[in-house]
Amino acid sequence: MFIGAIGCEPLQLARVHLENSHTLEVYRKHGGYESLRKVLTSMSPDDVINEVKKSALRGRGGAGFPTGMKWSFVPKDSPKPKYVVCNADESEPGTFKDRYLMERDPHLLIEGMLIAAYALGAKTNYIYTRGEYRYLIDIMDRALEEARAANLLGDKILGTEFSSEVYTHTGAGAYICGEETALLSSLEGMRGHPRMKPPFPAVSGLYASPTVVNNVETLTAVPDIIRMGGEAYQKLGTEKSGGTKLWSVSGHVKQPGVYELPMGYDDMEKFIMVDCGGILGGKQLKAVIPGGSSVYIMRADQIIGKDVRMDYEGLVAGGSSVGSGGFIVMDETVDVFESTKNLTEFYKHESCGWCTPCREGTDWLVKVFRRVADGGGRPEDAQLMLDLCDNIEGKSFCPLGDAAAWPIQSAIKRFPEDFKKRLAGNGQL
Amino acid sequence: MSSQLINIQPMSQPVDIGDEVASFSPEVEKEIDWHLAKYPVMRSAILPLMFIVQRERGYLDPPGVAYLAKRLHLRITDIWEVATFYSMLHTKPVGKYHIQICKTLSCKIMGEPGITEHVCNKLGIKPGETTADGRFTVSLVECLGSCGTAPMLQIGFDYHENLTAAKVDQILGSLP
Repeated sequence: MFIGAIGCEPLQLARVHLENSHTLEVYRKHGGYESLRKVLTSMSPDDVINEVKKSALRGRGGAGFPTGMKWSFVPKDSPKPKYVVCNADESEPGTFKDRYLMERDPHLLIEGMLIAAYALGAKTNYIYTRGEYRYLIDIMDRALEEARAANLLGDKILGTEFSSEVYTHTGAGAYICGEETALLSSLEGMRGHPRMKPPFPAVSGLYASPTVVNNVETLTAVPDIIRMGGEAYQKLGTEKSGGTKLWSVSGHVKQPGVYELPMGYDDMEKFIMVDCGGILGGKQLKAVIPGGSSVYIMRADQIIGKDVRMDYEGLVAGGSSVGSGGFIVMDETVDVFESTKNLTEFYKHESCGWCTPCREGTDWLVKVFRRVADGGGRPEDAQLMLDLCDNIEGKSFCPLGDAAAWPIQSAIKRFPEDFKKRLAGNGQL
Repeated sequence: MSSQLINIQPMSQPVDIGDEVASFSPEVEKEIDWHLAKYPVMRSAILPLMFIVQRERGYLDPPGVAYLAKRLHLRITDIWEVATFYSMLHTKPVGKYHIQICKTLSCKIMGEPGITEHVCNKLGIKPGETTADGRFTVSLVECLGSCGTAPMLQIGFDYHENLTAAKVDQILGSLP
């Protein structure tokens, strides 16, 4: 599997190939914790937030919300403690970038979290890691121990007045806990049910206190932003999406992996066909899901010869979205009905059961998919699926419902032939 | 359809928890204290503590659940409520080696069906079942974040990636 940068100098992946890259010694030898020192000795919390705003860094977990703006929503005058929570509940099918960041460069995450904690005035911070990534929790715990022993964590960090702690926390197998309010419910020891917004976590999050929840990739971008300055970081990408982005690539490509590309990389066809080595076994490209399982599936002819730019705006214009940056590449042998059924089973399993449209809707969708797969497809079944999606999309309590509907809606629209051939009388649409 | 409706059980079934409360060694108690010290609210430690109970007792058995309720100052139902939500928590015994095969899209198109068939044929069980000697349980699970190295499976907490039938044989053969 490939891990590295294409089209730019590696930032977040700069150290991943070094021997013992997970150790404090190697991290410091390559400039580690210098951004934290700079922040603690020469910048005010507002300066830090302003640099992050200037960087045009957008949340890398999936929603793409501007990070600096998210940080600025935390009230400064709140008497309550504040928390920074790292979302390491990476569970979006097709996404595995955070895993390698934590495995190879855990101190980068700790440094990013401490800079965020300084900017927001947080004394206690948590890394919520999915339970299956136990080996990463062990790596993070060892790194935290090293940092603590070197006075980079805990009381009076680097001899300054700033004190802050970071702890690991384990999830236990629930995709929904990647949704930030469900994550907070889970961190409080409850079932992982999402909460009503507003109030947003920035105002009332963990233990009803101001909280910022950021993805691993987002927080690990922060040390470089401080080191090079927000403006220089932004210029690596586009005006609205600064910096670089990690893309996880899986499926039928010759070279799957984690690719760091500048935001706005031109273009998606070159990325798949050249950078990722093209399609396995000389087969034809059929479909790509570019942003983790929740985004619209794209046809090959929406990519080939279409100059789809790889950033938030570019992918929307191309007919999908960045999401979590998880590319699932499918060749001509894949039946899109089958691939969509697979993802629908996923959403049904992961629906938390809290709201009716998602709980019942995903269940009924799976029932229809299974009936069609077993040869009992009725002429109206594709339309029935669309109607069910319509009763979920925009009507569920949290975005999981939308995420279940979008793959189906786009698959039926863009690959109608794969659905119709399974329905009696070639179906009605 | 109607038979399905009749068979619906309440989420938390009445369980005879008995009077027994599990106890643990001083080392394990120390580990539990370390987790509890991380949080300003005790209940937050529920998931890490459940993993410890599960490791020590095989699954969240009634004495283990009673211990958690006592240790965290919660009701038995609070523990069951959380235990039944998360897929990695077991309220029934599982095999010594829990083989979890990822079945989500990237693994699916990269050869998961063949791996599942191979594992199941080798062990003589179907997904969801445990071998008669209690050594192996096979489950099909959702995405484990190993899509670039598909197909994959996890045994306990260990990742095994880029699988082939030969590699599966080697992995299963190397288990003590």
